[in-house]
Amino acid sequence: MAVFKEISPNASAGAKLTNWFENRFPTAFDAYRVHMSEYYAPKNFNFWYIFGSLALLVLVIQIVTGIFLVMHYKPDAALAFGSVEYIMRDVPWGWLIRYMHSTGASAFFIVVYLHMFRGLLYGSYRKPRELVWIFGCAIFLALMAEAFMGYLLPWGQMSYWGAQVIVNLFSAIPFVGPDLALLIRGDYVVGDATLNRFFSFHVIAVPLVLLGLVVAHLLALHDVGSNNPDGIEIKGPNAPRDEKGHPLDGIPFHPYYTVHDILGVCLFLMAFSAVIFFAPEAGGYFLEYNNFIPANPFQTPAHIAPVWYFTPFYSMLRAVTTEMVYALIACIVAAAGFGVIKGKLPSIFKGVIVVAAAVAIVLMLNIDAKFWGVVVMGGAVVILFFLPWLDQSPVKSIRYRPSWHKYMFGVFVFMFMVLGYLGIQPPGAWGAWAGQDLAQRVSQVFTLGYFGFFLLMPWWSRLGEPKPVPDRVNFAAH
Amino acid sequence: MKKIILSFIAALGLVAGVAHASGGALAWDKAPNRINDLPALQNGAKLFVNYCVGCHSAAFMRYNRLTDIGLTPQQIKDNLLFTTDKIGETMVAAIDPSQAKEWFGANPPDLTVIARSRAGHGGTGADYLYTFLRSFYRDDTKATGWNNLAFPNVAMPNPLWQLQGDRQPVFAEHESHGETVHVFKAWEQKAAGTMTTAQYDEAIGDLVGYLQWMGEPAQKTRIRVGVGVLIFLAFTTVLAWRLNAAFWKDVK
Repeated sequence: MAVFKEISPNASAGAKLTNWFENRFPTAFDAYRVHMSEYYAPKNFNFWYIFGSLALLVLVIQIVTGIFLVMHYKPDAALAFGSVEYIMRDVPWGWLIRYMHSTGASAFFIVVYLHMFRGLLYGSYRKPRELVWIFGCAIFLALMAEAFMGYLLPWGQMSYWGAQVIVNLFSAIPFVGPDLALLIRGDYVVGDATLNRFFSFHVIAVPLVLLGLVVAHLLALHDVGSNNPDGIEIKGPNAPRDEKGHPLDGIPFHPYYTVHDILGVCLFLMAFSAVIFFAPEAGGYFLEYNNFIPANPFQTPAHIAPVWYFTPFYSMLRAVTTEMVYALIACIVAAAGFGVIKGKLPSIFKGVIVVAAAVAIVLMLNIDAKFWGVVVMGGAVVILFFLPWLDQSPVKSIRYRPSWHKYMFGVFVFMFMVLGYLGIQPPGAWGAWAGQDLAQRVSQVFTLGYFGFFLLMPWWSRLGEPKPVPDRVNFAAH
Repeated sequence: MKKIILSFIAALGLVAGVAHASGGALAWDKAPNRINDLPALQNGAKLFVNYCVGCHSAAFMRYNRLTDIGLTPQQIKDNLLFTTDKIGETMVAAIDPSQAKEWFGANPPDLTVIARSRAGHGGTGADYLYTFLRSFYRDDTKATGWNNLAFPNVAMPNPLWQLQGDRQPVFAEHESHGETVHVFKAWEQKAAGTMTTAQYDEAIGDLVGYLQWMGEPAQKTRIRVGVGVLIFLAFTTVLAWRLNAAFWKDVK
């Protein structure tokens, strides 16, 4: 038990009350000090460092609005669509709650994508922050599951057919696929059983996982300390400290970064409110037009596209045709050949590489391309988990990496965005070019580019002359 | 480098332009914006209950919500309640859905959010409806005797034909890739209706305005509240900015 703190009888009533609580619940007071008032964050955070706080804010918005939506929503195939319209029309301020939730879903992905890109820019996943990054990737994965299952609930045409298409993907997995898809749906087609289990996962199971992961993400972050735009360890053994041992390049999170974040939150809320109040459909990107038609299992829409935040991955899925499988086989042959000829490995490992490559090629030739599309789509997310070990640059921050690394990141972002754009478009969106479906060819090349960026990173991130890293962070007084 | 990027963007634009131009569907006319015009919305509501609710429901729309467009409960009861006698009821069609399926081959869709669901690359849902309702023509090859340029082979006959009269589309012939294609040129009035073309377009504008309003009755409130929220946030942002500056001014 902690030491019982006595307080002077002349102290103010407020101080006495605080003392009463601190003696009975010291954990809360310690947590406040460890995570807020005495958590030293680098002084030189820039604009990119707001998105973590904003993600937390959006999570809270989603949970609170979600609680109110569940009060009126009916998870029943016959009633779901009508109950959403009931919320939009008959529930006082229901339209606002619903638009906050639907806009919040897209806002969540916007801030999370920016937050992840920040990690890439400044090497925030590098030692000793690998676990912070891995928890973050797990959050991203949980968020995708949460968004996918939540999207079924309004029970519109896009909800229904989007779920149908994605659940059917699981049936492409050899041997267990059809049974797995059946298990997910609870029926042979998406139906009432699917809606009920997705509702259950969306409102309780996945949010619990998400909250747990967010706590782990933050605790791990506060254990190792935040990275910063210079990629310098402000709490390292040689980092300069004041007489109390606080890092000179750091500043208490509270109040300095709380006031910082309040400003960021205000700016974010302005953009968020502008969408909610003036363009809640966001041109069909946040609320798809087709989803205002009730789900009809007998009428497949002409064009099924997922919501924008899934489209880069959806593009990669669609890019994997039989021809693309041959291209992937060529990549495997090239990689294995390179490993055997150039790699300085014992011959037993070289043998393993050759056998593994041969097995992979045999499987790829014998299993339908659709399955490899699913593998590529899943791999595009899974590969993010390995980023801390793929990046071998001698410095963390883009500021001190060779200038051409910026172009690598630029090209990567460009490819990701074009993949996202093409994922919204119907097949053949760019017409034919030299007899080929141009959009499909572009998405195939960019899919290879996406994986090339990561898989070749151990090689290219080491190339070039890094710039000298200063001893102290760059901070200009405001 | 800049040049390369610019030329690349130009090339992308060109490709996208070609892709769009190749679609041969009827271009949608721009619907007039009547969302703030209460008399127009009321006229649209009158047309809606007279010509649409016979077959189409608006099952999520309550009659008493029409008070939002300036009608009193008594006016609604006296003039607009055809399918029910309770003003708190929703607008359910008089037709039996299974009979409708038998007669037209398709169930008349619910119209509550039709203006939201029909938006697309051609324009807003209102634009589509404005075009669709003005594109019917007689076609003896169809079971109902009607067809529609904006929705070929539509199951619905023109419910407003007495107002619009009979029209036929005139097509121009174009040579394209060695084939003759028919491109819509203009309408030819075969028999007059009770309205002139200009009056009919006005009436359809009102009806579409009503459908647009019915798709989201809270939309005017939404925008009004939104202005207030943004003004409030603008003030708060200034406060937050100064607060932040006050805390950080001594950080060296």
